[in-house]
Amino acid sequence: MSAVTDAVRVAPATNPFSQSVRDSMVVAKRNLIRMSRIPEMIIYGLIQPIMFVVLFTYVFGGSMQIGNSTSAADYKNFLMAGIFAQTVTFATASSGAGIADDMHKGLIDRFRSLPMARGAVLTGRTFADSVQTALTLVVLAVVALLVGWRVGSDGDTNAGRVLGAFGLLLLLGYAFTWIGALIGMSVRTPEAATSSGLIWLFPVTFISNAFVDTSHMTPWLRHIAEWNPFSATVQACRVLFANPGQSPSDAWPMQHPVWASLIYSVLIIIVFRTLAVRKYRSATA
Amino acid sequence: MPGAIYAEGLVKTFGDVRALDGVDLDVPEGTVLGLLGPNGAGKTTAVRCLTTLLRPDSGSAVVAGIDVLKHPDAVRRSIGLSGQFAAVDEYLTGRENLQMVGQLYQMKAKAAKARADELLAQFDLADAADRPTKTYSGGMRRRLDLAAALVVSPPVMFMDEPTTGLDPRNRQLLWEVIKRLVSGGTTLLLTTQYLEEADHLAHDIAVVDHGHVIAKGTSDQLKARTGGERVEVVVHERDDIQPASEVLRGFGKGDTTVEDHMRKLTVPVTGGAKLLAEVIRELDTRGIEIDDIGLRRPTLDDVFLSLTGHLAEVGNEENDKDKKEAAK
Repeated sequence: MSAVTDAVRVAPATNPFSQSVRDSMVVAKRNLIRMSRIPEMIIYGLIQPIMFVVLFTYVFGGSMQIGNSTSAADYKNFLMAGIFAQTVTFATASSGAGIADDMHKGLIDRFRSLPMARGAVLTGRTFADSVQTALTLVVLAVVALLVGWRVGSDGDTNAGRVLGAFGLLLLLGYAFTWIGALIGMSVRTPEAATSSGLIWLFPVTFISNAFVDTSHMTPWLRHIAEWNPFSATVQACRVLFANPGQSPSDAWPMQHPVWASLIYSVLIIIVFRTLAVRKYRSATA
Repeated sequence: MPGAIYAEGLVKTFGDVRALDGVDLDVPEGTVLGLLGPNGAGKTTAVRCLTTLLRPDSGSAVVAGIDVLKHPDAVRRSIGLSGQFAAVDEYLTGRENLQMVGQLYQMKAKAAKARADELLAQFDLADAADRPTKTYSGGMRRRLDLAAALVVSPPVMFMDEPTTGLDPRNRQLLWEVIKRLVSGGTTLLLTTQYLEEADHLAHDIAVVDHGHVIAKGTSDQLKARTGGERVEVVVHERDDIQPASEVLRGFGKGDTTVEDHMRKLTVPVTGGAKLLAEVIRELDTRGIEIDDIGLRRPTLDDVFLSLTGHLAEVGNEENDKDKKEAAK
């Protein structure tokens, strides 16, 4: 049958892993091109964290107690790790909305009918979202420096440790985009993905050490905050940035924040990637 | 030898809706099967099962000689799918869309680029190649979507309602493309709710209703089942209805139906054009002035009506059901 010989032209990739990487890169490129053509999305994504930096610094700054200090400068240096971490988790919403949009428009069907790696559509999207997250972090760090944030304000640090902190932030953001991917695969419309992608992030990021010193919380809330995966990354950043307000708590994630942050992020990736890809395989738009 | 598309006893249920209720299909290589039916009949579900997007509850399917349930990935290498929506990325240009699809069919970047250029020219999209598809018209998008399905010249193609929502001109254009494709030896399964379209493009037609194939055959065979041809006369004067009816009685093979308000008379006949000429002569001899006369063959609309007892509905209720089905 001549038809079959034709089909052989599209030879199956010999190595499933390299095919998966290649396909993910093709999809990531597609999403990056998209993002570059919708710059307003990136700009809106920046306004909110910049607003938080400014509002928290100037409105809350003078009335917050961090450790034993009530100085606005200490709060400013305390705050940034929290804002950075919160910002990277907000990538969840855009990731979810993008995937829901692809479902809605029939693109997921097209991808699923192609001989491509099963996880590549979602992996490509999460990679692209991480690139956007990295850009956002750069801009945010500049704004933070402008309002007076300084690394090493409470001890010594070095470039390696600062970069390490940003690495942990990116990893956390990447982990959260997989939560977004699962949400995107589970809802009907991009609008639903945006709102359901954001709503739960508020308790997760506020019941934490991001904006206040957890030692002033009631004990049960403090426990939640100290074991919150999100808090681990914030604490790790404060340690690596050598910024004030590091939690003295006995809770394991507060004592070993870098390890805790790594473990939490990897766990989130494994669990949510598995669920999201399973959903993709059986998805029907 | 089974055809390029072969299905036996496909069943798929969504909750308590039996979207497919034992569908058998057999499409010989190089032919076109038109899957014809109203919204919600199960056409899309059948396509989704055959293109590996949906796993049937039971039944088996073989596409391009490959078992769909056992080797879905091998099937995906041999098929092209153009779905109900133009599934192209609206922020990517036409060229970028085709290149991406080519690469995901595992072509090398360079080969994918060359193939994209070829298809853009072939589908009359070269001028718009570097514009985001957001700026394309509906017809252009559908053409691009079809081009994307053809990137690797798959031996078997599936098109789910390819011309739904297109204006007549664009529909004609797409028909031409499809005909060219089929003349190149591609096997095609096409769903449509336009009876005219199935008549125009398909070698064989399977009429689907409520998840069943209720009739199969060539367009002519299906029409023959509905009864033969008829002569239709529209007389100029209302007073002529009575004498014209007497003339027709002499030629007809059955009762003459009269639509008074339209001054139209219809009678079943056999004998084709020759008989029509005789009818005209006789009417002329009697001095009956006519506005219109013709030999009418049954349309697929008539086929549908006689098979299901209802016209092919394109109602809202059915539409919703189809959407519900698609959403699951």
